[in-house]
Amino acid sequence: MNKPENLIENGIRLDGRKPDELRPIKIEVGVLNRADGSCYFEFGGNKVIAAVYGPREVHPRHMQKSTSAVVRYRYNMASFSVEERKRPGPDRRSIEISKVSREALEPVIFQEYFPRSAIDIFVEVLQADAGTRTAGINAASIALADAGIPMKSLVSSCAVGKINDTLVLDLNKDEDNYGQADMPVAITKDGNITLLQMDGHLSRDEFREALEMALKGCEAIYEMQKAALMEKYPAQLEGDVIE
Amino acid sequence: MDKKLVIPGEFLSENPDLADEGTYVEDGKVFSSVMGVASMKNRIRVVPLSGKYVPKPGDLVIGIVKEVAFSNWIVDIRSPYEGLLHISEYPRRIESEEMSRYLNVGDSIMTLIKDVDANMKIELTLNDQRLRPIREGRVVEVTPSKVPRLIGRGGSMIAMLKNETNCHIFVGQNGRIWVAGKDKGMDLAVRAILKIERETHISGLTERITRFLKEEKGEKIIEREPVEQETEKMETQEEKEPSEKETMEEKEGGILDELLGNDK
Repeated sequence: MNKPENLIENGIRLDGRKPDELRPIKIEVGVLNRADGSCYFEFGGNKVIAAVYGPREVHPRHMQKSTSAVVRYRYNMASFSVEERKRPGPDRRSIEISKVSREALEPVIFQEYFPRSAIDIFVEVLQADAGTRTAGINAASIALADAGIPMKSLVSSCAVGKINDTLVLDLNKDEDNYGQADMPVAITKDGNITLLQMDGHLSRDEFREALEMALKGCEAIYEMQKAALMEKYPAQLEGDVIE
Repeated sequence: MDKKLVIPGEFLSENPDLADEGTYVEDGKVFSSVMGVASMKNRIRVVPLSGKYVPKPGDLVIGIVKEVAFSNWIVDIRSPYEGLLHISEYPRRIESEEMSRYLNVGDSIMTLIKDVDANMKIELTLNDQRLRPIREGRVVEVTPSKVPRLIGRGGSMIAMLKNETNCHIFVGQNGRIWVAGKDKGMDLAVRAILKIERETHISGLTERITRFLKEEKGEKIIEREPVEQETEKMETQEEKEPSEKETMEEKEGGILDELLGNDK
């Protein structure tokens, strides 16, 4: 796609969304049998799968911490996840995303409960459409809960950006490519920010407003994450009503 | 409503003194720390729906020998940490060179957690008459957090299972279960155990499993109709779940039964 004249016209974006509208989300919990916890997450055109193993023994041994668990996060894009074949294997970008995503989740995990162990999180991007790191963090936090790992809260994440001088929530590929700014944010339930990156330029006021929009988006995502987890055990809810 | 399904980080109570397992306190308020069933009776606790087994001293578990090292067997006990069974913890005196003749890689053992230190070094023992290597039968695995349910109130569930299937059953706290008996009985017992695991969170469990076992045994004579199943489900929903506190006590009782050889 060539650069379009206008990415937003009369408050309607190219894909028909309003500026503060998220892309459709679909969540499935426990899709992998071998993993201790797993989650499939669709975020517009993004399709990611997260698997959590652990707490388990640390290999290699020298990585273990004697007073807490180590959290390892691997973000990986499938070679077919983008239009032009992505060369497989870790690269500068995916190493960075792995690091920031790990740091987005670490503050909520009770690592000190499991000294000398490892919690491994794997995020595979099957299809990418801008905002894969946010989709990965959302998926990983659900997979962690599914694995029964003690946490302070879920983590929810989404991006805000600027296109044609307008702030918009949750950029898609074209908006990301031709827009002016992209800012992924991750928050815990009580609003603590665990991830904040910015690519492009925003003025101070724009930044404030953008953050406000992102927090709203994350709250909406949190509700969906919660509903998806609850849905895995529907019978419990029925039992509750009767009791 | 004193029981509900919660996800990590849900607000449970204003009273931090009541906080128990599966919760954390922040700013004087109690929140859940795991996904599970929260109960508010007496103390506030969340029973997780999944998660790894964390070893505690005194737990009876089933382990699988991973490695024979010098004077220690290294045993997998399904936890993040490996168990160490020292040669002196074997019921009789054996020489270091002969260790693999008694227990080799891949062998299963019923074992007791003797000690867990701050470094999570786990010492196991076989020095107890109820403990021994497993030479026959089968071992099935369930989620460790579901073990109390499998044992049931005062060991009722497990006693019923043993009765109905004519099997010896040993439940390890790490979610490994040893079943031994006739082939048919074992098949049935294993299926019942897996059914219990799948349906732990639905109330009226014992009754449903009793019915399941009876039906399975009588199935050769009468084929069930699917319509019947539906009505049964409706009935069993009415049954009340035992409170969490009770299940905890039961856990003890159940194991005691096990230890005292209350099985046939």
